Amino acid sequence: MFDISLPALAAQVFTGLVLGGIFVLLAIGLSLIFGLMTVVNFSHGALYMLGAYLGFMLLGLTGSFWAALVLAPLLVGAFGLVIERFLIRPLYGRSPDDPLLLTFGLSLVLVEVARLIWGKIGLTLDPPKALDGAVNLGFTAFPLYRLFVIAVTIVVLIALWLFLEKTNVGLIIRAGSRDPLMVRALGFDVGRIWFLVFGIGTALAGLAGILAGPMRGAYAEMGVTIIIESFVVVVVGGMGSLLGAIVSGLLIGQVVSLTTFFAPKLAEIMVFVTMAVVLLVRPSGLFGEAGLME
Amino acid sequence: MDRRSFLTTGAAATATLAFPAVLRAQSKDPIRIGFPLPLTGPFAAIASDMQQGAQLAVDELNAKGGILGRKVELLVRDDQLKPQVGAQRTQELIEKEKCQFIVGGLAAHVQMAINEQTKKAKVLFISTSQSDEISAKPDTSPITFHEALNPTITSRTVGSWVAKNLGKKWWIVYADYAWGKQNNAVLQDTCKKHGGTVLGATPYPLGSAEFSAHLPKIQAAKPDVLVSVTPGADNVAFLKQVTSFGMRKDMKIAQPLHWLSQAKQGGSELYQDIYAGINFYWELQDSIPEAKRYVEAFTKKFNIPPADYGVYAYSAVLEVARGSELAKTTDAEKVADALRKNNVYNHFKGKQWWRTCDNKSFQDMWIVKGRGPGKTRGDWGLLEIVEKVPANEEMDRTCKEKGHA
Repeated sequence: MFDISLPALAAQVFTGLVLGGIFVLLAIGLSLIFGLMTVVNFSHGALYMLGAYLGFMLLGLTGSFWAALVLAPLLVGAFGLVIERFLIRPLYGRSPDDPLLLTFGLSLVLVEVARLIWGKIGLTLDPPKALDGAVNLGFTAFPLYRLFVIAVTIVVLIALWLFLEKTNVGLIIRAGSRDPLMVRALGFDVGRIWFLVFGIGTALAGLAGILAGPMRGAYAEMGVTIIIESFVVVVVGGMGSLLGAIVSGLLIGQVVSLTTFFAPKLAEIMVFVTMAVVLLVRPSGLFGEAGLME
Repeated sequence: MDRRSFLTTGAAATATLAFPAVLRAQSKDPIRIGFPLPLTGPFAAIASDMQQGAQLAVDELNAKGGILGRKVELLVRDDQLKPQVGAQRTQELIEKEKCQFIVGGLAAHVQMAINEQTKKAKVLFISTSQSDEISAKPDTSPITFHEALNPTITSRTVGSWVAKNLGKKWWIVYADYAWGKQNNAVLQDTCKKHGGTVLGATPYPLGSAEFSAHLPKIQAAKPDVLVSVTPGADNVAFLKQVTSFGMRKDMKIAQPLHWLSQAKQGGSELYQDIYAGINFYWELQDSIPEAKRYVEAFTKKFNIPPADYGVYAYSAVLEVARGSELAKTTDAEKVADALRKNNVYNHFKGKQWWRTCDNKSFQDMWIVKGRGPGKTRGDWGLLEIVEKVPANEEMDRTCKEKGHA
């Protein structure tokens, strides 16, 4: 029915990289928060949506996409800090179900609030003029903005890696995710670390939102399906593993893209098939450690 | 029983006898029209136009004294574009809110769920969105009416036009649910009839905002025409992504339908030179007096011109009223009989009629195209009428083909 030409396949892989990049940004935030705090943040999709809407608003206020790109994630991160301080913190020490239920409820509230503020009809965002249009990659024409999304994802991942591996705070975060009790015994305020990590994780969700905005538009329900796929990414990568989130985000991006190429009807289901297969072979995910959920 | 309560009971009883409750209810209780619609989700913009169209019809009816001398009430409920929610809202509208009529639905799969409920409760239903199944056996019923165009009519008409005028090598991208699948089937058929080839057809999940993974294959296949069966908000996202991949210079784009609300959201540049069918467009006011009256009334009330799906809601509510007045009752079967007996009507764009064998409305439609930046007429004049396609029962399948005896 169609030719499988190398250029088309290469274009498909590039498309999958962009899908994967957004998954990685969302999954890293989820995984960071879960790895450290064992909080399953169900409001992550709503914060992604908030990132796109705030980006739209800031674009209107400042007239600059670049300002919006920096400010929207910061605002979402700040909002994340408020959520942690007033909603999540009282639930520490209780069963992991409690913050899960709370953040699930919060996501429903945020969707309704978005409808109240920005309306039930979605908004369209345009990429900045400098990133408009397509470039010829030799084998295909590809949107410049999508290449930019790949670049931003790489830069953010490198910055995050440097922060976690090369700074003292990063060291404490890594230690805290291994053994919070020991870190506390050494005299560190684990609560402050958790506060910070929740802010970083939610800011990454906001960044994914504003990056996705010019491609997909902003609408109140935009976080509803992507949160499920992001959880699949986290589970496939291994709950709490950052490297896992990156590898698995890119993997799921390619699964979606290549399945769409060969059998579009199966694209949605293949995400879950991949998860099932990975869990059969490695029950705690590609890079997961056993026992985190117990 | 003490004296006081005896007196009050007595007084109440006398009042009831003097004004029988049954009679009072008949003359004063409002007639309620239930209207399930996807107010949230990817069809929100189109649903908003429909809600306004229905509201305008109800206001006009009430200004003239209602239906059968009774006030008319419109009860709009959000079906969230989900069949099970649509069924539940419809059941509530009928059982709890005591609606005598159900009008509405804005998705082929949800209206089937609504229809199941109205058939069960023996309530008259006028569907206001596209579906091939709603007027065909086994889904249809003598009290199910279909006001909108359907995929067969739309895609035969638009498909023939595209094959003759734009090119014969097509690629179809369609939303993977009832309406998308029905359009795809009719388009494939129409393309072949005109000696064309469908190079490929790719389904995607309705409500998706990400189409990039579908595009490289289409780029490589180089069709003359990319036929986009992407309803609601999906339409804007799809066209934006096709544009961003630089595909617009290599192929023309056509769609079964344009939706003015989506074109407004996407903007004139995005919709430039995209061809599609449409059931109504406000600039028809220049040539059709009924359209002029409707556009003026709508614009006065809502400060924006009406779009294309609101007219279905407007017309269907007025048909409920016309049928009830003709039958002098709200009884579903009698109203349905009255509409079939007096099957010609004209509420906003000229003559329409119900085909009596399948309760399907026949009406004119038009081929339109996006005008492009600098050529629009005001904020909303985004489309240009290319050709009128007069109403014709041969546009649809015959009643026999639809399973009617």
